[in-house]
Amino acid sequence: MKRKAFMTAWLLVAGIGLSSVAAAQDTIKVGVLHSLSGTMAISETTLKDTVLMMIDAQNKKGGVLGKKLQAVVVDPASDWPLFAEKAAQLLEKDKVAVTFGCWTSVSRKSVLPVFEKDNGLLFYPVQYEGEESSKNVIYTGAAPNQQAIPAVDYLMNEVKVKRWVLEGTDYVYPRTTNKILEAYLLAKGVAAADISINYTPFGFSDWQSRVAAIKKFGSAGKKTAVVSTINGDANVPFYKELGNQKISAEDIPVVAFSVGEEELSGLDAKPLVGHLAAWNYFESIKTPANTAFINQWHTFIKNPKRTTNDPMEATYIGFNLWVKAVEKAKSTDTEKVLAALVGTETPNLTGGIAKVLPNHHITKPVFIGEVKADGQFNVVWKSMGTVPGDAWSDFLPGSKDIDADWVTLKCGNYNRVTKKCSGQNYK
Amino acid sequence: MKHIPSGGQWLLFMSLLALWGVVPVHAQSPGDTTFLSTLGELREADYSAKASIVERLGQGGHPSVRAVLTAFMEDRLYFRNGDQKVFIVKSADEDPLNLIDPLSLKDAGSAPADSLTKIDTNNGLRRTLRTTVAHFGLSSPEVAVRLAAVQDMLRSLDDATVALLRERMGVETDSSVKKEIATGLALAALDGSERQVRLDAIDTLSKSVSQDVRNRLALLSTKSSDGTFAESDVKVRQAAATAVQSIDHWRTFYSGIETLFFGLSLGSVLVLIAIGLAITFGVMGVINMAHGELMMLGAYTTFAVQSAMPGHIGISILVAIPAAFIVAGLTGVLMERTIIRFLYGRPLETLLATFGVSLILQQTVRSIFSANNRSVVTPDWMSGSLRLNDALSITYNRLYIVIFTVIVFSLILMVLKRTRIGLDIRAVSQNRAMAKAMGIRTEWVDAATFGLGSGIAGVAGVALSQLTNVGPNLGQSYIIDSFMVVVFGGVGNLWGSLIGGLSMGIVNELLEPFAGAVLAKIFVLVALILFIQTRPRGLFPQAGRAGEDK
Repeated sequence: MKRKAFMTAWLLVAGIGLSSVAAAQDTIKVGVLHSLSGTMAISETTLKDTVLMMIDAQNKKGGVLGKKLQAVVVDPASDWPLFAEKAAQLLEKDKVAVTFGCWTSVSRKSVLPVFEKDNGLLFYPVQYEGEESSKNVIYTGAAPNQQAIPAVDYLMNEVKVKRWVLEGTDYVYPRTTNKILEAYLLAKGVAAADISINYTPFGFSDWQSRVAAIKKFGSAGKKTAVVSTINGDANVPFYKELGNQKISAEDIPVVAFSVGEEELSGLDAKPLVGHLAAWNYFESIKTPANTAFINQWHTFIKNPKRTTNDPMEATYIGFNLWVKAVEKAKSTDTEKVLAALVGTETPNLTGGIAKVLPNHHITKPVFIGEVKADGQFNVVWKSMGTVPGDAWSDFLPGSKDIDADWVTLKCGNYNRVTKKCSGQNYK
Repeated sequence: MKHIPSGGQWLLFMSLLALWGVVPVHAQSPGDTTFLSTLGELREADYSAKASIVERLGQGGHPSVRAVLTAFMEDRLYFRNGDQKVFIVKSADEDPLNLIDPLSLKDAGSAPADSLTKIDTNNGLRRTLRTTVAHFGLSSPEVAVRLAAVQDMLRSLDDATVALLRERMGVETDSSVKKEIATGLALAALDGSERQVRLDAIDTLSKSVSQDVRNRLALLSTKSSDGTFAESDVKVRQAAATAVQSIDHWRTFYSGIETLFFGLSLGSVLVLIAIGLAITFGVMGVINMAHGELMMLGAYTTFAVQSAMPGHIGISILVAIPAAFIVAGLTGVLMERTIIRFLYGRPLETLLATFGVSLILQQTVRSIFSANNRSVVTPDWMSGSLRLNDALSITYNRLYIVIFTVIVFSLILMVLKRTRIGLDIRAVSQNRAMAKAMGIRTEWVDAATFGLGSGIAGVAGVALSQLTNVGPNLGQSYIIDSFMVVVFGGVGNLWGSLIGGLSMGIVNELLEPFAGAVLAKIFVLVALILFIQTRPRGLFPQAGRAGEDK
């Protein structure tokens, strides 16, 4: 009853047109653009909850610039064009100061023109294929040189792998990543005959011949590893088939870039034990900050069994970076915040420092973990210090001459050879 | 310390130490002290240092070393944070952990899990451990353990291993183990100095079909960069080349059989998901878009049954089969009674209505089980593979599904051909009016037929739960395949579905190695469209009156 009365009053105020002024004075709106339904909901809902948790905690500390943060949650429903519509709604109607959102690359590509047209600010928290740097996006997930390349280095140097299977799902992230990895391996002197690249459709479940082919490829007398960019659901039957065909991680290890704690929590991890994953964060890493984060998460979500994962840490870092930049800029204006963001540092959850670079990527440590039977990871390798994110891969012919620098060059794709900035190019 | 004690020495050593066991634990021998301190080094070491410690432990020959290393390999080696003492734990899943003393291998009480730290292993280290532990398995009374031990040892042959194998060869009684050892010894003999020894070794190896053996032989006749060969003798090189050819020949043969089996197993899955539809769509003419969701219900039933009997995973699958039949069958009957019976003869409306039902069913399981995939555990008897020889293994889960499909198909055929209800079903589908005139309650038969088709879909879901993810979208990924099989085989013909499904599976698997999974699927689809263009009624069109007016 009270709520209804309040709503009526609010509507009246809105009718007179004072509301926006009143609201703008005591709250800052934060957009949350994650799918809450459809195929991506499983992964993205967790990130929505993470942002809400961070906002809640920040408000308890008194908000930002003396104002409370107010979340505006929209549901783009795993529908890529709808992402653009919802982004426009957030920026033009709700006038949010910042947005945390997107998971798949195609959804990010879909909202990019909107954020650039309306000069919004997006924090993107998922590892991706690189080859992009937008003025209006801060990439807090890993670029290929912060995940894929170190993982291959680990296998090459520590496990002495000589033969490579690049196995992926047939879409943009695996195809670009594998292109970079292939160029990298060839540059490292791996023979073309020792690289096998394959793609399977989304949700593929009939892995018997592919796994038999991997087994055959791996029996040439050289140590073989599989670099997997297999996405989502298709992983479970893949690892099951590996187990059934008696391919153990000791013989042919599989290093995955999309299998994390959250994915493992939904399945029987026994067939995966010993296989590898490369991330910039693992729940099992023991630091005071991580323990505090896990406890905060369990309290917020009211379920002590929920896992934390890498994109959650990237969301955590992104949120803290934004808060610091806003406080530095003393404004939520996109231009001022962007200027303040580059160079801003915040501790990550694994004992290092995340710093925003001029190319709008951040510094991240790299960890390689082996799957344990309980669905957690045992860290077997970590990078020395942090690795700066590289927007444009140095190993692709088209992109090695390109620089992204939003401080001095003011350009996301500056060609060092032709000395031209080709403007924002999303294709 | 290059020398490893031989089996005989081992036995002596063990029995001596067994005698020692009688003496109180306090009396530590110098061997015990070294063993404990070496073990202690594991706490701080990195992975490569750990590997060398393991090697030292293996060579040290302490009586508890096998138990300790096995525990280490299985992630059951811990140290106590308080006094840094190393312990084996009985099972890593409990809290508090039950401790075992690494020296005496006797119970050493229990301690809370967070007061102990696990000594971690990685893949490389586990591999070293496996080979080291394999040395102990060589004298196991079980043939399977010995065979696995020899196979593990073959992966890294050194002088000490060869000596152990040679010793075992003398006392080994089982022929399969003997054969493996002979292969190992022959591989080692390839480095021998006498020509005849090497030729004999090649002769032995040429009977093998193992890829490792092939690689080793091929190495003999490859020219290195400076123009010399690994094997200096021409005759031996020739023998090796012939042997490689023969092995390659056999391997190609076996890989052909393997591909056929893959096709057969994919075909069986297609048949299994299509039989139910062959009844509801083929016999009754109902386009049931919720067919996939009925399979999903079967898969979730498997999950529910498994959750209800956590201690009996092995049997739960068998219990799930009738349970899934009943759950999906009843859902089917309910659908037929409440929706479909009002829409007979209006295929478009049926299509839309059942599509709606499929969405309702999906959302229902989402609400009950959440949108996340549920993990259905594969029972032990269904995991792993049946190893026929070095070149050919058949995975158990696929094998069982092929057998299961045959059983389900035969049962359905029997029900339709040999039982009263089968007779009724056929009569109603062939001529409804006449059947009604003969006193058959066609309404009742319709419900039973639809229930039967749906129940079979549920049973297919049990099989799918072993192959793919159990989630709300499971049905959607199979519905198109199942319609394709039924249309290809000929609507209304069960045999058509069988032949259609199997041939589609085999063609798909034959194409996949050349074209890749994505293209193979496209090829099959295009071929199917072309086929339907020329023969719109499918492989086995239904003859007679029912066929004509369809």
